[in-house]
Amino acid sequence: MLLEIKNLHVEVEDKKILNGLTLSVEKGQVAAIMGPNGSGKSTLAYVLAGKDNYNVTEGDILLDGESILELAPDERAAKGIFLAFQYPVEVPGVATMTFLRTALNAQRKLRGEPEYSTPDFLKLVRETSAKLGVSQEHLRRAVNVGFSGGEKKRNEILQMAILQPRLAVLDETDSGLDIDALKTVSEGVNRLRSPERSMIVITHYQRLLDYIVPDVVHVLSKGKVVKSGGKELALELEAKGYAQYTDEAA
Amino acid sequence: MVDVTPIKTGAEQALVSAYESARAALPGKGAVAALREAAFKRFDASGLPHRRVEEWKYTDLRAMMRDAFPLAAPPDAAAKAKAKDAGKVFAGIDCRRLVFVDGAFVPELSDLTDEPGLTVASMAEALAKGDALVAAHVGKVFETDDAAVALNTALMGDGAVIRVAAGAALKRPIHLVFASSEAPSSSFIRSLIVVEKGAQAVIAESHESNFSQVNCALELVIGDGAQVDYFKATQTRGLHVASLLLTVGAKAHFNTFALNSDASLVRNQSFVRFAGEHSTGGIRGVNLLRGNDHVDTTMLIEHLAGHCASREQFKSVLDDQGHNVFQGKIVVQPHAQKTDTKMMTRALLLSDEAEADNKPELEIFADDVVCGHGATAGALDPGLKFYLMSRGIDDKQAEALLIQAFIGETVEEIAREDFREALMRAALEWLEARG
Repeated sequence: MLLEIKNLHVEVEDKKILNGLTLSVEKGQVAAIMGPNGSGKSTLAYVLAGKDNYNVTEGDILLDGESILELAPDERAAKGIFLAFQYPVEVPGVATMTFLRTALNAQRKLRGEPEYSTPDFLKLVRETSAKLGVSQEHLRRAVNVGFSGGEKKRNEILQMAILQPRLAVLDETDSGLDIDALKTVSEGVNRLRSPERSMIVITHYQRLLDYIVPDVVHVLSKGKVVKSGGKELALELEAKGYAQYTDEAA
Repeated sequence: MVDVTPIKTGAEQALVSAYESARAALPGKGAVAALREAAFKRFDASGLPHRRVEEWKYTDLRAMMRDAFPLAAPPDAAAKAKAKDAGKVFAGIDCRRLVFVDGAFVPELSDLTDEPGLTVASMAEALAKGDALVAAHVGKVFETDDAAVALNTALMGDGAVIRVAAGAALKRPIHLVFASSEAPSSSFIRSLIVVEKGAQAVIAESHESNFSQVNCALELVIGDGAQVDYFKATQTRGLHVASLLLTVGAKAHFNTFALNSDASLVRNQSFVRFAGEHSTGGIRGVNLLRGNDHVDTTMLIEHLAGHCASREQFKSVLDDQGHNVFQGKIVVQPHAQKTDTKMMTRALLLSDEAEADNKPELEIFADDVVCGHGATAGALDPGLKFYLMSRGIDDKQAEALLIQAFIGETVEEIAREDFREALMRAALEWLEARG
């Protein structure tokens, strides 16, 4: 088992958001997390990445059987956790290339691996960005500054492709995307599917799961998993809505 | 009415007696001596600037200056030897170096090779022999009642006198290297640079000192159609008060950039006058403060003629108990229509105990102008930091990247790549030392 979340309770600014969430993700598995607004989906994403002020009051998160709760976000990244943000931030003044290179080499250094040489790095970025349709012009610009919503999401997937995580958490990657952008981004994600890589795909709508087909679907309501099933569960939710689960959890 | 004579502080008394005992030996007779005497009287009446003088509100020199060090003696061999390595900030750039130790010109360390259109002299010598260029400009480029300038005029010793003749374009930048000896001393440096009509010059100035008290003033005349870039880097553990007195002619272009890093107590004041139409000027800088560093950037920009544009942009990064002051006053006189100015000052606070005071002021007497200003002070955005860290970049490196980006915005405005890189490197050294 790559990831085990056990009875996780999380508070943000004294407000309880996760209430005993238990979830496992196998190696190579793509798990979809669905749920209504406010069910704790994004909180789960942030708490996995180690954001400040997301206080775990009970339970544990194990990666390869070891707790990651005490690890800083950069240490979690080096262990292979990657969060594709729902709202990727703009970082004025930091060129995308500098950012990618600093991140990749910082992770490698933490893992005790040799840093990428400039030619090797440039080759890697050129090849990866071409596949995702990210232009050289975008790579020269400051991270996400002046990017459209779709370009920002594509930039997240580009980072994921370069950093090669073992566990990718995609937080509402479909939000704000038109159908063409959704296809491009999904293709990018699908290319990264591998028996060595697990993914948690967080989404409100079933639409994304037409393109990124999950192995399992978990339904989140009021801070815990209320139902798990195969990919057909997503279709059922699309047809019947979340009401039955919000009522059950109440 | 009772005649009130303020009690002089120890430092003020020391400065008055320094002047009185040095008066006869200071370079220049006649008109120069009269200029000194008038300036001394102004200083004697006002004393050191203090918090009740609006322009010095945040830098109370009377309180901060506990004593005044003796006037610097001519530098000895050891001080001169040390000065060979001074001016590291710009060392990688091929410049004409003019070296000063404790304010005194050191010809044997300076590059005095001939260049057509360029005249270089020592201010002390020029004052002593009644040089015509000095007589025409010193004390006249931008007249002000400022007490620090008055004190400089009263006690001015040595400095550089540079003339770039009409139409000449200097092949290399001139680097004025101001080094200091280990002895606590005070120096009053006065320089004059005249860049005549259509001439082009790049001037860099570096100041390094341990304990000394430096009061320097540069009078800069930029003629019609001339182009000047002026860079100043200050690293000092002593007291540094610098005044730039600048007059710009018509259709001229200039940019100034000041970097203060590892500077414990600095006041950089600029007095800039746009006297001719269709000129542009950029006045920019970056201040990096830690410990108890105190850096004050104060400027008075006067637009006397129309159709000129000026850009003022300053960024400060404050750690520990650093205290940064920015006071920028732009005055647009009635005839200066179509003036276009934009002033921006931003402070990045890395510590809860740091203090940034921003005071932009506009006085506009013309009705067809575009003048804007902005000021911000804030901490690093935790959202940005988390984003960088979530990609594997550690805490310190994430902060360093964001700080670099913050100051980079201003450094990037430097058109010359060599100076841009040299100043960015100096800023990065400060960041690295932060650990």
